[in-house]
Amino acid sequence: MRGWLYLLGAAVAGAVVTTPALLIFVFGGGSVDDALFAALATLMLVSALMVVTMRDIIRCGLAMIVAFLALAGIYVVVGAPLMAAAQVIVYIGAISVLILFAIMLTQSKAAPAKLVFQTQAAPAAVAAIILVVLIALGVSATDWGEASTRLRLATDTLARILFRDYVLPFEVVSVLLLAAVIGGIFIAKREDEDPA
Amino acid sequence: MGLANSLDAYLVLSGALFAIGTFGFLARRNAISMLMSIELMLNGVNLAIVAFGSFIPDLKADGSIIALMVIAVAAAEATVGLAIIIAIYRNRKTPLVDEYDAMRR
Repeated sequence: MRGWLYLLGAAVAGAVVTTPALLIFVFGGGSVDDALFAALATLMLVSALMVVTMRDIIRCGLAMIVAFLALAGIYVVVGAPLMAAAQVIVYIGAISVLILFAIMLTQSKAAPAKLVFQTQAAPAAVAAIILVVLIALGVSATDWGEASTRLRLATDTLARILFRDYVLPFEVVSVLLLAAVIGGIFIAKREDEDPA
Repeated sequence: MGLANSLDAYLVLSGALFAIGTFGFLARRNAISMLMSIELMLNGVNLAIVAFGSFIPDLKADGSIIALMVIAVAAAEATVGLAIIIAIYRNRKTPLVDEYDAMRR
């Protein structure tokens, strides 16, 4: 019985993700890229909404992984495959695992599972909706001077620019990351005299 | 001019992701949920940067390189933030931010 329910849920989720893509594919001229973009964008927005609204925080973490994966797909569609690879390796491989471990370390049964939202949740929702409307208006009102199609950049060109023109920022970021990791270990380290 | 070939579509999508993250940061009680919302916001900004780099010819590879730097800084931020949350949890035994009120009493 449980198995059929899970199958039904998967079918509903698949329908929600593919319906806008199919509509755009049929009525928008049959472009595969457009359909892919619509499907990945729907998947990303739905799973991001699940991250901020679901009650069980471990499921929020898993939905966040789905959102990151959909965003990696969008990076591929926009023409930045190296960014997609970095997204999968860093966000899904490292940050998500870190967050899942932190969830397992900090959730106690005594914490009330009922109240996931602060009292200011409704004003926050209104503010977020106003924010997205303002961003959409501003974006559509501005002329960015953009090209009419996506520019694809070869990865070896990108690597050459990164390791020749931007080698100093690259090294600075690596030192920053090392310092942050050492600091994180120091902060989270258990004190020896602490009995707990 | 399709959806995947217009910069506006990517920018509106990144704005929507940023707004969802904003809502989560303002509305959730759990400190780790707030950190996850911050990650969503960072991803929205990153999508905007990559989209600019992919559509503006003058930027060439700069968009992708800035976005890679943002990913590295986000990893550092997540490390320190989660360590701070774990340290606070060890003292206060709760992950809920509205119970961190020691300086208000």
